[in-house]
Amino acid sequence: MDLTLSPADEAFRAEARTWLAAHVPPTPLPSLETEEGFAAHRVWEAELAADRWSVVSWPEVYGGRGADIVRWLVFEEEYHAAGAPGRVGQNGINLLAPTLFDHGTEEQRARILPSMAGGEVVWAQAWSEPEAGSDLASLTSRAVRTAGGWLLSGQKTWSSRAAFADRAFGLFRSEPGTPRPHQGLTYLMFDLRAPGVTVRPIGRLDGRPAFAEVFLDEVFVPDEDVIGEPGGGWRVAMSTAGNERGLTLRSPGRFLAAADRLVDLWRARADPSDTALRDRVADAVIGARAYQLFTYANASRFLDGGTIGPEASLNKVFWSEYDIALHETALDLLGPDGESADTDWSEGYVFSLAGPIYAGTNEIQRDIIAERLLGLPKGRR
Amino acid sequence: MRFLLDPQQRAFADSLDAMLTAADTPSVVRDWIRGDHGSGRALWSRIAKVGVFALAVPEAYEGMGPHPAELAVGFVELGRHAVPGPLVETVAAAALLAELADPVPAGRLLPSLASGEASATLALDGAYALDGDAATTRLALAADGLRLAPGHGPVRTSLDPARRLTPLTPGGELLAAAPPVAHALVWARLATAAQALGVGLALLDRTVAYVRQRTQFGVPVGSFQAVKHRLADAKIALEFARPLLFGAALTMAPADVAAAKVTACEAAYATARTALQLHGAIGYTAEYDLSLWLAKARALRTAWGTPAECRAEVLSGGARRR
Repeated sequence: MDLTLSPADEAFRAEARTWLAAHVPPTPLPSLETEEGFAAHRVWEAELAADRWSVVSWPEVYGGRGADIVRWLVFEEEYHAAGAPGRVGQNGINLLAPTLFDHGTEEQRARILPSMAGGEVVWAQAWSEPEAGSDLASLTSRAVRTAGGWLLSGQKTWSSRAAFADRAFGLFRSEPGTPRPHQGLTYLMFDLRAPGVTVRPIGRLDGRPAFAEVFLDEVFVPDEDVIGEPGGGWRVAMSTAGNERGLTLRSPGRFLAAADRLVDLWRARADPSDTALRDRVADAVIGARAYQLFTYANASRFLDGGTIGPEASLNKVFWSEYDIALHETALDLLGPDGESADTDWSEGYVFSLAGPIYAGTNEIQRDIIAERLLGLPKGRR
Repeated sequence: MRFLLDPQQRAFADSLDAMLTAADTPSVVRDWIRGDHGSGRALWSRIAKVGVFALAVPEAYEGMGPHPAELAVGFVELGRHAVPGPLVETVAAAALLAELADPVPAGRLLPSLASGEASATLALDGAYALDGDAATTRLALAADGLRLAPGHGPVRTSLDPARRLTPLTPGGELLAAAPPVAHALVWARLATAAQALGVGLALLDRTVAYVRQRTQFGVPVGSFQAVKHRLADAKIALEFARPLLFGAALTMAPADVAAAKVTACEAAYATARTALQLHGAIGYTAEYDLSLWLAKARALRTAWGTPAECRAEVLSGGARRR
């Protein structure tokens, strides 16, 4: 049992740190939930990609560095410690790319991954529907067979990044009337600017269009944009859901850097006699460390050949609740200044509030923990 | 980087678990509560024989240590089985004696602590010593240094009846004028954190088993979402305390150990509250064994550093961890 990095991993850390110190924009980019910010973040993605820092865990042939999970964690620690911008490409990089590596064809990987790595094509996720949130098996958008491909119809919603993104991926019902609801679903990619697609941005709490509704009216998708077997989309989607919750959606580096900034804020602004606030700052530091070490344990299991199963639900509940507590503490430290909507902390706060809702609500995650990790009987929800 | 217990560490935990399961620790605890130390002493020497205390004693003094990670593995099992006695105190005393500038007291006292022939308690600055009536070596940190206390005062009851609180008699032989207490405190907090994690894991296991078989309204109460979610939260809290514990054992940095201590103790206590609620009235009785863990979860919270003291320690360091 040890936490020391190999000399080669330490060299990788130093290389990343040096590159980031020379390239991270000196002033923060505008919010990526704005048109202007989206464009600025694409430029940043291209800069990262030019020196192969945008997708370090991918094989070199697609623009990565073939980094293992430990190096990915190290890179993330350095990335966030350097104060680098949020990643506009994260839906594609963290959700679609792992699916393509596991279930895509060689042709799909060669066609899709390089432009994703460079930010030229930004992907939105299109899982949810108005009547299907955490219960994804109940979705009703259709994929109907046509010559050379499929026609998609229906409505997707809460589609993160869709307001400004180029393409999207999601599940569609291709065989209506199957005996079980998660059968007969197909995993498809589509162009958000294709004929028949209407994107209506939805303002989140602060009014910024962080997500959108997507209406589809007989949108043509060629066969080459189906991932895995038609009708087998559920298995394809679920094989990467664990990655999302368990490892890649929130890297510990982000929280370690945020906890460091919080301690700075506390030292600069806090009333030393306010021990209640001090305890919350300490808990933020402890939580970041706990999440880092928990992830290192998961990564170790992964490197030993293990997979991420229902344990990912522990992660998801933890990071989503931690993220809110961290930002609430920062806003309380700021006092009346915390009300200003123009700080990194307030932007982060609004973002954090969605955490317990997306990627499977925390209620669903707790059911998974209780039933699959603790062995409690299924019951009425 | 491989942050998982290795096969040897897992085997150590398994063998200790098997031995303690066979020892029927609840009846040992009940004897201890009555001040009858016979069965507890017998169990103590068996625990020592597997090497638990030797892990805190350097090889120079007939120990096997120091091995904080293995000690943490062992103390999780001691907590899971609610083993009574001055377990943490013996570890803290060993860490303190091993670090004294003068090696004579260590040479005299440590071999018997490692082998289990002796047990120790340790009181800082006039605080109560745990199980001073049972421990064979009583160390007291007084104004003028570390002393070997000649005896103990009357036993006071604790919220955990198995923890017998005793003042130590003043005076006795002076062992060191300026002992390195901070080092002993780190070991004490690490062992307490591990013990608390074990207590929490036992509370969770027992409660899961209970709600699976207890029925109300015609179904197991464990099928109710309100019950499931409380247990899921307990599981999350305990599973995130675990890496802090073992991470702290690897660094032995005071801030890391304090973080592990506060987190493990808070997780264990939250699990205790959940365990009591989900057991209903049976959990509120002394006759039912659950009380042995419930009481300990509360008592360990403030032993060797309150939550506030541990949180202050976390923020006291200036260095960033990268």
